[in-house]
Amino acid sequence: MGSGAIVEEQGPTVSSFLEYRGRFSGIFGWIFSTDHKRIGILYLFSLMTFFIVGVGIGVLMRLEHLTTGQTIMDPQTYNSFFTLHGVIMIFLFIIPGIPAAFGNFIMPIQIGAEDVAFPRINLFSWYLYISGAILALVTLFIGGVADTGWTFYAPYSIRTNTNVSLTLMAAFLLGFSSILTGLNFITTIHRLRAPRMGWFNMPLFVWALYATAWIQVLATPIIGITAVLVILERLLGIGIFDPMKGGDPILFQHLFWIYSHPAVYIMILPAMGVISEVIPTFARRTIFGYKFIAYSSIAIAGVGSLVWGHHMYVSGQSYTANVVFSLLTFLVAIPSAIKVFNWVSTLYKGSIDLSAPMLYALAFIFLFSIGGLTGVMLGALAVNVHVHDTYFVVAHFHYVMFGGTGFGFFAALHYWLPKMTGKMYDEKIAKIAWLLMVVGFNGFYFPMLLLGYQGMPRRYYDHLPQFHDGHVIATVGSWILVAGVFLMFWNLARALFKGKRTSRNPWGGTTLEWQVPSPPPLLNFVHEPEIRKDPYGHTGNDGH
Amino acid sequence: MDTRVTMDIDGSPGTAEVVFHEHHDYTGGKIGMWLFLFTELLLFGGMFILYAVYRSKHPQEFHQAAMELNTLLGTINTIVLLTSSLTMALSIALLQRGKKWPSLGFLSLTILCALAFLVNKYLEWSAKIHHGIYPDSQELLNFDKGEVLFFGLYYSMTGLHGLHVLVGGIILSVMAYFIAKKPKSRFHFVPDRLKDLQGSKLILASQEGKELWRGATIDESVDQISIIVKKPATEKYLDRRNIGKLENSGLYWHLVDVIWIFLFPLFYLIT
Repeated sequence: MGSGAIVEEQGPTVSSFLEYRGRFSGIFGWIFSTDHKRIGILYLFSLMTFFIVGVGIGVLMRLEHLTTGQTIMDPQTYNSFFTLHGVIMIFLFIIPGIPAAFGNFIMPIQIGAEDVAFPRINLFSWYLYISGAILALVTLFIGGVADTGWTFYAPYSIRTNTNVSLTLMAAFLLGFSSILTGLNFITTIHRLRAPRMGWFNMPLFVWALYATAWIQVLATPIIGITAVLVILERLLGIGIFDPMKGGDPILFQHLFWIYSHPAVYIMILPAMGVISEVIPTFARRTIFGYKFIAYSSIAIAGVGSLVWGHHMYVSGQSYTANVVFSLLTFLVAIPSAIKVFNWVSTLYKGSIDLSAPMLYALAFIFLFSIGGLTGVMLGALAVNVHVHDTYFVVAHFHYVMFGGTGFGFFAALHYWLPKMTGKMYDEKIAKIAWLLMVVGFNGFYFPMLLLGYQGMPRRYYDHLPQFHDGHVIATVGSWILVAGVFLMFWNLARALFKGKRTSRNPWGGTTLEWQVPSPPPLLNFVHEPEIRKDPYGHTGNDGH
Repeated sequence: MDTRVTMDIDGSPGTAEVVFHEHHDYTGGKIGMWLFLFTELLLFGGMFILYAVYRSKHPQEFHQAAMELNTLLGTINTIVLLTSSLTMALSIALLQRGKKWPSLGFLSLTILCALAFLVNKYLEWSAKIHHGIYPDSQELLNFDKGEVLFFGLYYSMTGLHGLHVLVGGIILSVMAYFIAKKPKSRFHFVPDRLKDLQGSKLILASQEGKELWRGATIDESVDQISIIVKKPATEKYLDRRNIGKLENSGLYWHLVDVIWIFLFPLFYLIT
């Protein structure tokens, strides 16, 4: 098929997946639909709802630190808040985040497939997600919100009177949901690629999802069994993690981090995939070092599964283990750095278009680099002992997860929402929101890096007077950040109702999703898609 | 699987041909199942790691505690499960050869083995609980810590395994129902194609064009057409997709079996 045929718009006869009326109508047309696009949007809206709840809790925690002593909440509430904030943000927003929402919607189109390999399992995994979310939120009303932190360390998680069992049950269901998504994606990428779509013709977003899916499948069962054992411990007293009965709480920490460290790569890898899509589109040139980026995703997944012990330097594991885990932690920084260098090299001599998705992607590179480098510092044994369990760790984590994955998620929203809905948002407001968020974010978390280095411990509802100035700056930063977040959501929500209709390919993207109408029809491809050898090969004819 | 259905369009010459594409990926199903088995192995793997650590910490206590277990009941259960793996394999082999009812027979035997295993497990656990050996019991807490851990692991690992036997039995029962019922194929139209057919009728015709059945006119109120084909439940009409499904259920069942093969020596035999 010549590229001329690609440029022409689809005729009006093809109705989009949004207009399609199936067996069920109204809300049931959504929650009973096995269409990967509808499931992607179900995930998108549910996880953005939980994100807003998580942001609300986070802002309240920050407000508590505006003054010394009790400001708005007592210590117990603060403990419950940081637990709930962690559980919501990690299990309900950031782990499903990009794969379940954008992966579901975009990935099958990018490989030229009509759906994922197991559409019904895909819908089932959303049901599991919602059930887990309900269980996690039920603890707000029954038995008291867990106060253990999202890490649920034994033996406190065995002894506390709050409703830890229900929260862990929720984590178990959410883990199962995540496993099913991963299983579905691996099978889809192996089996449903269009003819002529070889492994190295796949967009890098698909590579990132593939690496992520393997971590989801191989690491998540461990948190499943750990959660079950803590629940059994609380209900029956089996003694496995209870030092009173001979159990070893350090083993809980090992099992917990065997999952939860790879889980941070479940969170970041898909965001890196998004950046690998956005950068070549807006630099108007092919990606630099395609194979290096593809393989580095796999390398991160592999090495990242072997570094969990760096969370336990001060927990009493052997010095040999500490040294080995420290070395592996340094190694895992290499593939991440390869990606950053490749993105920056892609920009070199590119024809850069600073549209909103690109700005979010550039913010990702900046913030993720700060997060990544502080992560290397934390991997060093001596520094770690000094800053362990301080705000330094909290700030590092938020630089990687919010500054990295969060901004990657926002980049994906601005990049793909026009494709998903066929509506374009207001570019100017998107840029103002971006600026507010970047300024607010650094105002919020950079002081926390310094506070942590000076010794401010994490998870305290109060602080000593010498930390006061930093806390006030961070709290003001949180207000600016949250203003940016709400301005962005308002802008995107307004686009759904009042946005201008957008074309098939508003950004001049080269991957397959830009060859189908916006929004795509029910069966993604009306014409057979043109598959390029280089997925990012700009031909100068991409209908921009 | 592609199915071709030709349609007479009323009042206009010629027929419109509609090709129904039914997506069924045998290999894809296998990949998905094996990935799921990996997750199950890792789930139990977490517990096996705990067992290994605690055994190396308390070898003497584990030795003492293992003497308490009833090796005879354990052996019977091992034989039951090994036999069930044989009947499972036979059931699959027979279905692959299109022998539906013999296959169902062996499948039922497998389900019976699952039940026998669970009954036996119930008897074994009841005896232990009767003797006051259960998690957090006064009796057990008087034991050495290593023995407390042994029984903690014993109850959680065999319990989780028993749960898997139960789930396996349910899966196999559902499969038995699928294999026994009439094979049914269902096709749906998408509305884009439906527009072309508005005003026409759905007709069932023989090869020679003889009209066998005529449906109502497709007007604007029809927003979807489903064609459901039910074939008699004979050996000739076998839903081929059930073979892949039964093979996958069999894989799950063998996994449950393999896990027991490791649990049995670790708890009952190494004393």
